[in-house]
Amino acid sequence: MNAIADIVQAIPVDQILIQTVNGVVAGMILALVASGLTLIFGIMDVVNFAHGELFMLGAYVGVVVIALTGNFWVGLIVSSATVALFGAALQIVTLRPLIGRDPLTTILATFGISLILQNFALWEFGTTVRKISEPISGHFPLFYLTYPWYRIVIAALSGAIIAGFWLYLKHGKYGIWIRATTQDRVMAQAMGIPVPWVFTGVFALGAGMAAASGVLAAPLVGVTHTMGLDWVLKAFIVVVVGGMGNLAGSVAAAILISLLESYAAIWVSPAQAVIVSFVALILTLLFRPTGLFAATAGK
Amino acid sequence: MSTAPLERPIPLKKVALSHTAVFWLGFCAVMALLIAAPLVLPEFWRRFLTEILIWGLLAMSSDLLIGYTGMVSFGHSVFFGLGMYGAAGALLAISPPNLWLALLFGLAGAAGAALFVAYFSTRTRDIYFAITTLIFSQIFYVIIFTWTSVTGGENGLLFSRPHFSIPFLYDARFTTATMHWFVLAVVAGSYLILRRITQSPFGMVLQSIRENEARTRAIGYSVERYKIVAVMLSGLFAGLAGVLYAIQNEFAAPDFVYFITSGDTVIWNVMGGIGTLVGPIVGAGFFQLLREMLSRVFGDQFPYLIPLGVVFIVMIIFLPQGLLGFARRWLNK
Amino acid sequence: MSAVADRAAPLVRVEDVHTYYGKSHILHGVSLEVRPGEVVGLLGRNGVGKSTTLKTIMGLVLPSEGKVLLDGAAITGLAPHRLARLGIGYVPEDRRIFRLLTVMENLRTGFDREGVSETRKKELLDKAFSYFPRLAERRNQAGGTLSGGEQQMLAIARAMMLEPKIILLDEPTEGLMPRMVSQISSIIDVLHREGVAILLVEQNVPLTLEASQRVYIMEKGSVRHQCAASEIDVNHPVVKQYLGV
Repeated sequence: MNAIADIVQAIPVDQILIQTVNGVVAGMILALVASGLTLIFGIMDVVNFAHGELFMLGAYVGVVVIALTGNFWVGLIVSSATVALFGAALQIVTLRPLIGRDPLTTILATFGISLILQNFALWEFGTTVRKISEPISGHFPLFYLTYPWYRIVIAALSGAIIAGFWLYLKHGKYGIWIRATTQDRVMAQAMGIPVPWVFTGVFALGAGMAAASGVLAAPLVGVTHTMGLDWVLKAFIVVVVGGMGNLAGSVAAAILISLLESYAAIWVSPAQAVIVSFVALILTLLFRPTGLFAATAGK
Repeated sequence: MSTAPLERPIPLKKVALSHTAVFWLGFCAVMALLIAAPLVLPEFWRRFLTEILIWGLLAMSSDLLIGYTGMVSFGHSVFFGLGMYGAAGALLAISPPNLWLALLFGLAGAAGAALFVAYFSTRTRDIYFAITTLIFSQIFYVIIFTWTSVTGGENGLLFSRPHFSIPFLYDARFTTATMHWFVLAVVAGSYLILRRITQSPFGMVLQSIRENEARTRAIGYSVERYKIVAVMLSGLFAGLAGVLYAIQNEFAAPDFVYFITSGDTVIWNVMGGIGTLVGPIVGAGFFQLLREMLSRVFGDQFPYLIPLGVVFIVMIIFLPQGLLGFARRWLNK
Repeated sequence: MSAVADRAAPLVRVEDVHTYYGKSHILHGVSLEVRPGEVVGLLGRNGVGKSTTLKTIMGLVLPSEGKVLLDGAAITGLAPHRLARLGIGYVPEDRRIFRLLTVMENLRTGFDREGVSETRKKELLDKAFSYFPRLAERRNQAGGTLSGGEQQMLAIARAMMLEPKIILLDEPTEGLMPRMVSQISSIIDVLHREGVAILLVEQNVPLTLEASQRVYIMEKGSVRHQCAASEIDVNHPVVKQYLGV
């Protein structure tokens, strides 16, 4: 009896609740990154290894614009738009020539792009970590902490962007174009849908989403040329666990994995807490290789 | 004792070089060049060449999977890294440092990882396999990076090079030249072994899996078993490269387990031409040479990896079969 | 062949087209034409290249030799989505409607185009529903839940939404019940009265002869016979020769 009471007492309930909030916040940003990735794969069959670098680029553009204008939200919008356009240009130059070829070639091409972008950022911005200050100051009391409002805001904003995108897919002419192209790209063309441009548009959207998450995450993690690497790896894990091409699945998986990591961080160091995501991946591959949430219909 | 005339004139044989003859002539010519190299090259280039051979071995090992079985692996840095750390372990733990034990431990380490990856290789296909192996690269990287007590963490491990010793017969330190010849012997031997494997019935089944896995399975082959063996073999040779690297450079570091090394390996394969075994070696060499030259030209002012990346992407678009891709059929006969 | 004067220049013209699938030489110099508003039948056994001919016209397959012309202009090699905009509608074998899109959304891929006013879009939609009442009933259902016959209706309606000059119909009656077959027949009639040209690939000879003004008969990748539909019937030796079992 006493043993049970001891265990119950040892469970740091308020820590767990705080980590739940942290987990959801991190999870929403991760969901935004992963959404772009899973969309690009689901619609274009392209594994975008450069996604983390688009995230990083977004953060850097945000830094520059915020320094110029002093406004975080302007930075967010300009960064997303700029990187989206850049993504479109990238897709037209390097990925369009590869349509129809072995998928390995697109993996390699995006890998090459990520190398170039990383080194470009290193050259242009150097190794010092840049910081963006939180646009919304102010805290509220959460148990024994004062929790910054900003974190809640970015979680909500990430969610809003994902929801907005989902709605866009479901309604509206271009949403139908995208869904039709995903289902049958040949017949989509036969119906007059300019499929090569749909691909460019989707890649641009994914890039924009990555950039937005970069700007949103920047006040939390600091901007450096390697920031993309960690996020992209985690994003890939999320995408596999959630089911490739499955938007809802990615969101759910992102939150799940972030929560588990946050809880693990109560007891082990953050560097080791990432093992949780690896374990999630291995378990998914062992028992549900198509993704934990693969039964979800529609995108 | 008959003096009857011959009934038929003896036909003159046409002297034509068979494919085998040409191959071995070519092989010997290249070997001769590589053997002579350390005798004429300055120190920096001697070591450079040796490293190209080691990276070439790594690239060649992954060609068995990519080019012959059609399984794109982004996880070779794991096998390489474990080979490296396994050798490091042997060289540090056992005194005096023994070359053969280093080989043994390194290969064992790589084999263990290969078994793990092999198991998952049978459950995932194509892109999923590529991503999964990539993530495994990272898993091992994190483990090695954080398990500081065993692996030295971020700083890696330092140790000294063992002697080249055959018990009771011979014992001498490696010089740059003899190290080079040792590596060359191992790499050349590996090439010949791998060539034999790819041309054997086993190798034919692998290629059949690459062409059409469903059909191969339908014919009755246990595709899973073949894949597992392919991964094991590939992992072993990659681990061997790791051991050689450890011996050559006398250190082991987690950087080599990072997924970028895996990515580099795939780049060398594609640049050189997959499915040729020799192509990846050439690809590795080409890449390293290009990198060396670009870094000399641009120095500190401009990251040389940018033009290197551009060259790579241009090659993917316009030269997808790689530098030796045109010779693929010939090299496999 | 016939004495029909060439009042109307051909809408679609296929000139000596050779097409390969990999190493297989499927089309060996196919030539045919469809005039504006005409219903032209393309008959032949399985595997002679009828579908490939349609796909070549639609730009889904690139010919190695020969030309395809629309209204006199060369369209060989243009992307299919350009051809759809230029007025070619395509209804493939096995229908290929967008299974996860609703009936409404399927139709929308056709009528929601640049340069079409909102009123016109509504008119087109109403037209589709009046010709195919079953589709109206199921307008919010996913395409994949429709029966075979309904999917065929949807595929044709969808192509009609493009307001095409010509519709390429690939075996529309395949696998359909007799009741639906006669519905297809009426649709072809309606389209013809509206002035839409049709290139009809079919195994159903009587239906084809009844619906078409002219027919071509293919064998082994080329056109072997062409004539007015009225000149032959099911028992004609030519039919027996190229289409007989």
